Amino acid sequence: MLLGIGIGFLSRKKELKWIRPIITSLIWILLFLLGIEVGCNRRIIEGLHTLGLEAIVLSIGSTIGSILFAWLLWRFIGKRD
Amino acid sequence: MKGSIIMVGFFAAGIISGLYLIIPPCLTESGLSYYTLCGLMLCVGISIGNDTKTLKSLCHLNPRLMLLPLATIAGTLAGCSAASCLLQHRTLVDCLAIGSGMGYYSLSSIFITQYKGAELGTIALLANIFREIITLLCAPLIAEYFGLLAPIAAGGATTMDTTLPIITQVSGQKLIFVSIFHGFVTDFCVPFLVTLFCLL
Repeated sequence: MLLGIGIGFLSRKKELKWIRPIITSLIWILLFLLGIEVGCNRRIIEGLHTLGLEAIVLSIGSTIGSILFAWLLWRFIGKRD
Repeated sequence: MKGSIIMVGFFAAGIISGLYLIIPPCLTESGLSYYTLCGLMLCVGISIGNDTKTLKSLCHLNPRLMLLPLATIAGTLAGCSAASCLLQHRTLVDCLAIGSGMGYYSLSSIFITQYKGAELGTIALLANIFREIITLLCAPLIAEYFGLLAPIAAGGATTMDTTLPIITQVSGQKLIFVSIFHGFVTDFCVPFLVTLFCLL
């Protein structure tokens, strides 16, 4: 990735419009491969609902955490201004 | 939103073709996904380095607002640690690795699959998609109760693309640059944080 940043910085004068579609299609390919791996793995398919539940717990936890910290920062900035 | 649906569609198509063995499983064992990931990282790096307009606009920002990505990351990790108490059979670092995807589900799930296997990768994908959905749906409520910075923090790494429209709507035009800056920084941190927690 750092190599990429270097390349991108060196070529910053040119407009690289082709890079976005490449990234998108690479992400599609990788998610497709992840899907295949999940589909081949019986244990994951059978546990998909518990995995989903765990995902919900984690996403709610992380969202609430970041909201609370942002709230503290908001109040901190608000008091100073 | 359309982009997210397409991505979930690809994931679902992969599950179906894996389930019915349309594609031989040797495809996933050949390291193909590893090389694709390397290519992806190269492209992400190129696009970050190439984006001087964003880099420049960051110079004119209230320095205290620059603390927001830090607050987001710290809050996410704290929230994940709390959530991991509820998930007894997962270790703390696994939960932190999933949480530090911060809504960047495509990249974080792929990374976690590489390091920790498809099971955690799937949780990471779902958890980070849920985070984006929560942000999209609840941004007005979040802004009302927790201040205008809170929806940006909730959006995590998505605040410079998918959740930017809703954030501009609820937090106002004034915070657009904060939102983009925040998305840019957290986006940049995701690969490092996820790798860090996967290797711990």
